[in-house]
Amino acid sequence: MTASAVTPPVFDENPFVRRLRSRLGDLALVVATGSATLLVLGVLAIIVADVVIGGSQRFSWTFLSTAPTEGMTAGGVFPAIFGTVAMVVMMTIAVVPAGVATAVYLHEYADATARMTRIIRIAVNNLAGVPSIVFGLFGLGFFVRFVGTGMDFAFFGGQKVFGQPALVWASLTMAVLTVPVVIVATEEALRSVPRELREASLALGATRFQTVINVVLPQATPGILTGTILAISRGAGEVAPILFTGAAYYLPNLPWHPSSQFMHLGYHVYVLATQSPDVDASKPLLYSTVLVLLAVTFVLNLSAFIVRSRMRHRFTGAGT
Amino acid sequence: MSDRVGQVPLRTVGPGESLAASKLKLHDHVTAAARVAGNSPARYLGRPVPRWHRVAEIAIQVIALGVIAAVLLIFAFVAKEALPLLFSDKVHGEVTLGKMFIAQAWPGYDGAEHIWQPVSDIPKYGIWPLILGTLKVSIVAMLVAVPLGVGSAVYVSQYASRRTRELVKPVIELLAGVPSVVLGFFALMVMASWFQGWFGLESRLNALIAGVALSFAVIPLIFTISEEALGAVPRSYVEASTALGAARWQTIVRVLVPAASPGIAAAVALGLGRAVGETMIVLMASGNAAITSTSFVESVRTLSATIAAELAEVVFGGAHYTVLFFLGTVLFLTTFVINFLGDYAIARMKRRLGVAV
Repeated sequence: MTASAVTPPVFDENPFVRRLRSRLGDLALVVATGSATLLVLGVLAIIVADVVIGGSQRFSWTFLSTAPTEGMTAGGVFPAIFGTVAMVVMMTIAVVPAGVATAVYLHEYADATARMTRIIRIAVNNLAGVPSIVFGLFGLGFFVRFVGTGMDFAFFGGQKVFGQPALVWASLTMAVLTVPVVIVATEEALRSVPRELREASLALGATRFQTVINVVLPQATPGILTGTILAISRGAGEVAPILFTGAAYYLPNLPWHPSSQFMHLGYHVYVLATQSPDVDASKPLLYSTVLVLLAVTFVLNLSAFIVRSRMRHRFTGAGT
Repeated sequence: MSDRVGQVPLRTVGPGESLAASKLKLHDHVTAAARVAGNSPARYLGRPVPRWHRVAEIAIQVIALGVIAAVLLIFAFVAKEALPLLFSDKVHGEVTLGKMFIAQAWPGYDGAEHIWQPVSDIPKYGIWPLILGTLKVSIVAMLVAVPLGVGSAVYVSQYASRRTRELVKPVIELLAGVPSVVLGFFALMVMASWFQGWFGLESRLNALIAGVALSFAVIPLIFTISEEALGAVPRSYVEASTALGAARWQTIVRVLVPAASPGIAAAVALGLGRAVGETMIVLMASGNAAITSTSFVESVRTLSATIAAELAEVVFGGAHYTVLFFLGTVLFLTTFVINFLGDYAIARMKRRLGVAV
C-alpha cells in the first residue's frame, strides 16, 4: 500500500450511473460470495443426507451392541465402538494434563517476549500442522519400536509385550496429535479470565501457583472442557496415526489390556470401504458405521461449540 | 519465571517510575505490595505454602518444554529410520537417494524412467510419480478450496446478518469436524460414481475426485483463518474508504481484502500444508496408481497414501521400510516449511495492522 497506488476519485460521473455501478458491483459480489457459502453448506448437507439415508437402514440397537460376523457382512460394530472409547479415554488421560499445563505455562508464567516462549509457540503451531500419517510413523518409530521394545527388555526379559502395535501406543500417538487442540482452547479460556481476578488473588497474598489453581483454572474450566471435547472428536475420527500403532482389522476379543490391539470406528470404515472381500454385501454395514462415527463427531463438536459460546458470553456479554 | 516464595525482594515501583521501567513483573509488584501490607506470600490465608506447589510449577515448565521436545522427537525418530538410505550398504544394494530422484533405465523399458514399483522382482523407487501425484491432488484441492473458502469468509464477515453469521460459522466448524475417513468414504462410494456419470471418466478414482474431496477438508481451515483476518482489519480503514465515496464492494475488493491479504495468504498456506499431508482421503479416493502423466482424471498415488498403504506390509528395517520413512521425512519438512511461512504471514499482518488477532 504505497502512496503512489492511490488514484484520485472520479467525480465527473453521472450520479445515477455511479449509483447503478455500485449497486451492480455489490450485487455481483453478494451473489458470488453468497453462492460460495451456500455451496460449502450444501456439501455438508449432501454428505450428511447421504450418510443418514444410507446408514439408517441397518442401524439398530443390535448393530451397536454386537460384533461383526460373516466376514463383516452382518452383525454390528460393538468392538470398534469399545476400542474407540478405550483409546480415547487413555488419550484424554494423557493429553488433558499435558495440554493444560502447557497453556498455563504459556499464559500465566512465561514471559511473552522471551525467546523460549516464542519457540514453544512455534512448536505448538508446527505440531498442529504435522501430517497425521507422520504421527503414525513417529508412533511406530518412537513408541512401538523405541519405548515399547525398551520396556520389554527392561521388564519382560525381551519377551514381546509392549514392543508391538498396541492400544497404549495408539492412544499416546493420538495424544501428541491432539495436544495443540487442548493448548489452544485452554489458552483462549485463560485469556478470557479477567486480569482483576488474578490481581485480587495476588493482592490477598496468594502465590502465583495458588492463584492459578484456586482462581484462574476454575474460571477456565469451560475452555478446558472445549479443548478436551474437540480432542476426543479428533481422536475418534483420525485413522492415519493408528494405522501402524495399534488398530486391527478384526479381533475376536475386546482390548482389556493396554498392550492389546484394538478395533476403531474410523479404521473400521476404512477397512470396510477398501478391503472388504464383498463390497456390495458389506455396504449397508459400512454406511451404518459411518453414521455412528459422524453422529459421534457431530455431537462432540456441537457440544464443544455450545460450551465455548457460553464461556464467551459469560465474561464479555458479546457474541462469538 | 519462578515464584521465589518468601524471597520476593521488598521493592515496589518507586515514585515517578512506571511499572514497565521498573523491570518488575506485575506479580512481583503486587506480592511486594502485599508484604508491605503485612501479608506474606509464604503464608496464604494463614496456612504455609505447601512444598508441592514448587514441584508442580517445575512440572508445568517441563511439560511446556516437552512440546518442543515432541516436535524434535517426531523429526528425529522419523528421520532416524530413514537414515540407512544414506549410509547403509545393505539398503544401497536396492536403492540410493540418487536412484530415487534420477530416472533409471529398467529392464523392459526403453530409456530412463521414473517408476515407483517397490514390490516387484526389481524394486523401483522413483519418487517423482509420487511427488507429481501429491502436487496434482493438492492443486485441484486448492483450486476448489481457495475461492470457496475465501469467498464464504468475505460473505460471512461482510454481508451476512449477525444471525446468519452465528448459524453459518458453527456449521462450517462442523464440516471441519467431519473425519477425513468419512470424506474419503463419501468420495469413494458416492462422488466417484457421480463424477464418472457426469464426465464419462475412464478411471473411477482419480486426482480430480481426490482433490475435490480433499478441498472439503481444506475449506473450513481457509474459511476460519480468512474470516478472522478480515475481521481484524480496523474499522477506520472501512470508514475512510466509505468516506471517500467508495461503494461497499469497492471497499471490500480494494481495501479490506488487500489489508487482510497476509492473513488470507496464511490461510492458503496452512490449507496447502493440510492438503499435502492429508492421508485418508487420498488413500481412499485417488486410485493409488503411481502413473506419471499430466492428466487430472487418471489415478494418482500421493506421498502420504503411499506410506499408509505400504508400511503395513514391509520388513522392519528393510530398504522399502527405510524409503517410506524417507517419504515421511520429506512430508514433515514440506509441511513444516509451508506452515512456518503461514505463521510468518500472520505475524506480519498483526504487526502491520497493529492489532492482536
